[in-house]
Amino acid sequence: MDSIYLDHASAMPVDPRVFEFAKKYIKDSFGNPSSLYNLGQDAKEAVDTARKKVTDLINAESEKSIIFTGSATESNNLAIRGTAYRNIKDGKEVLSSIIEHISVINPMKDLQKNGWAYNTVPVDKYGIVDLNAFKKMINKNTVVTSVMYANNEIGTIQPISEIAKIVHEKGHFLHVDATAATGRIPIDVQKDGIDLLTISSNDMYGPRGAGALYVKPGVKIQSVMLGGGQERGLRSGTENVFAIAGMGEAARIAKEEMGKESPRLQKIRDKLIQEITKIDESYLTGHPTNRLPHHASFRFSHIEGESILLNMDMYGIQIATGSACSSKTLEASHVLLAIGLKHEEAHGSMVLTMGRSNSLDQVPKIVKSVKETVERLRKLSPLVK
Amino acid sequence: MNPRNVGVIENPDGYGKVGNPVCGDLMEMYIKVENDIITDIKFKTFGCGSAIATSSMVTELAIGKHVDEALKITRGDVADELDGLPPQKMHCSNLAADALHAAIEDYKKKKK
Repeated sequence: MDSIYLDHASAMPVDPRVFEFAKKYIKDSFGNPSSLYNLGQDAKEAVDTARKKVTDLINAESEKSIIFTGSATESNNLAIRGTAYRNIKDGKEVLSSIIEHISVINPMKDLQKNGWAYNTVPVDKYGIVDLNAFKKMINKNTVVTSVMYANNEIGTIQPISEIAKIVHEKGHFLHVDATAATGRIPIDVQKDGIDLLTISSNDMYGPRGAGALYVKPGVKIQSVMLGGGQERGLRSGTENVFAIAGMGEAARIAKEEMGKESPRLQKIRDKLIQEITKIDESYLTGHPTNRLPHHASFRFSHIEGESILLNMDMYGIQIATGSACSSKTLEASHVLLAIGLKHEEAHGSMVLTMGRSNSLDQVPKIVKSVKETVERLRKLSPLVK
Repeated sequence: MNPRNVGVIENPDGYGKVGNPVCGDLMEMYIKVENDIITDIKFKTFGCGSAIATSSMVTELAIGKHVDEALKITRGDVADELDGLPPQKMHCSNLAADALHAAIEDYKKKKK
C-alpha cells in the first residue's frame, strides 16, 4: 500500500539533495573543525558555509549572530536560561504565551523554581495572543518574553512585529521559537525586531541533531552547555558537522523554493480543510487564514485522537493528534484547552502537516480515509446518541 | 483494530458505564443474561486504541460465562489476553474490567 505521510511537524525525511551535499562529512571529511590540519579546516569551512546560509534564511545581521545547537529544544533552553541568567540585573520576571511548546514552558518553569516570576499570556479562540492582556502583564522587570512564530498544533501565526514593539517599549528581550515556521514562511529577524530566534534543522528537511539560535548583536547571553568553548563559548561540544552542513544546505533550498512550495502546499491545505469540515461535527482548529501554509488541524466530536491516528495508519496515512491518550502524561493538549475547547472536545484532534512528498491528487484518498475513520469510530462511541 | 461485539442491546439485563469524556475514556457495557449466564454482550467506547482493544477483549472473555465467574475477570486477565499493554495504558484495561463488573452489578440489583 502506498503511504501518505502527513506528519511533517513530527519528523521529516532528509531531502536527498541535502544528503548528497552533506554525506561526505560522515565518512570522508570527518575532521574536527578545531583541528588545524586540512582535514579539520575543511570541516570548519563546512560549518562556516552552513552558518552563512542560515544567516541568509532569516536575514540576520551577520554570521556572528548564529549559534549552532543540537536541536530546537536546546536552542530554546539556551535562549531562555542563557538570557535570563546573564541579564539578571534587568529583572526577575519572564513571560510566555500560554500555547508555547513544552521546550519553552519547562525552562520557564525551571526559572520559576529558581526565583523568577513566570506568567502566561492568554490567547483567543484562534490562538492569537491577547495583546491587551499582554500589555498589562509585561513590565520593566520582564527580562525574557517568549512567543512562538507559529503554533505547531493549530498552525496559527502570531503578530510578531507588534509583540516585539510592546516588548521593547515595556520589557527587555523577545525570544521567538520559529521551529514550526522554519522554511515555510519568510522570516526577517531585523524587520520583525526579534532578539532571539530558534530554528530547527529537521523542520526544513535537514538532518536531526542540529538546530540554531539567532542572537541579535548587542544581546548578551550565557552558555548552558559548558566545555571546550565552541560557538564563541556559547555552545561547547565538537560540532556535528554532518548535521550542521545539512542544515545549512536545507536552509538554502528552503529559501530558494519557499516562493513556489508554500503556495503549492497551501492549495492542498485549503482543499483538505474545505472537504474535511464538510464531515458532520468536524471543525478546523486555529486561525482559518492566518495559519501556516502546510498545516490543517481539526477536531471531531465524540471520537478520540489516538484511535483516529491508528485507524488512519491502517489506511497507510500517518497523521498526528494532540489527544491525551497519545501523550505521556495522559493530559489533554494545553494548546487546545487554551483556545477554549472542553476536555472531551480536545481529545478528538487530528493534525495534518504537509511537505514535499504530498500532492493535490492525494487529497481524495485522504478525505475518504478520514470520512471512513470518523464514521467507524462514531459507530463505536457511546457519545453518539 | 477489528473490535468484536460493538453495539448496544435494547432492554439489556445489565448496563454499566464507567470513565468520563473529560479524561478521554468512556465505556458502556450491555449484557443479556439467562439463568445467570451471559448470553450476549455489547460495548461502546470513546477512547484510545488500548481502550477499544481492552473493551473488545473483555467482551470476548465474558461471553458464555456465569456472572460470578465473569465478576472474577480482572484487568490483568484482559491485559494478558492482549499479550500485555504498555504501563501508561494499564488504566484502560482497568476501565474495561470495571465496565463489565458494573454491568453485572446492575443485573444483580435488577434481579432482586
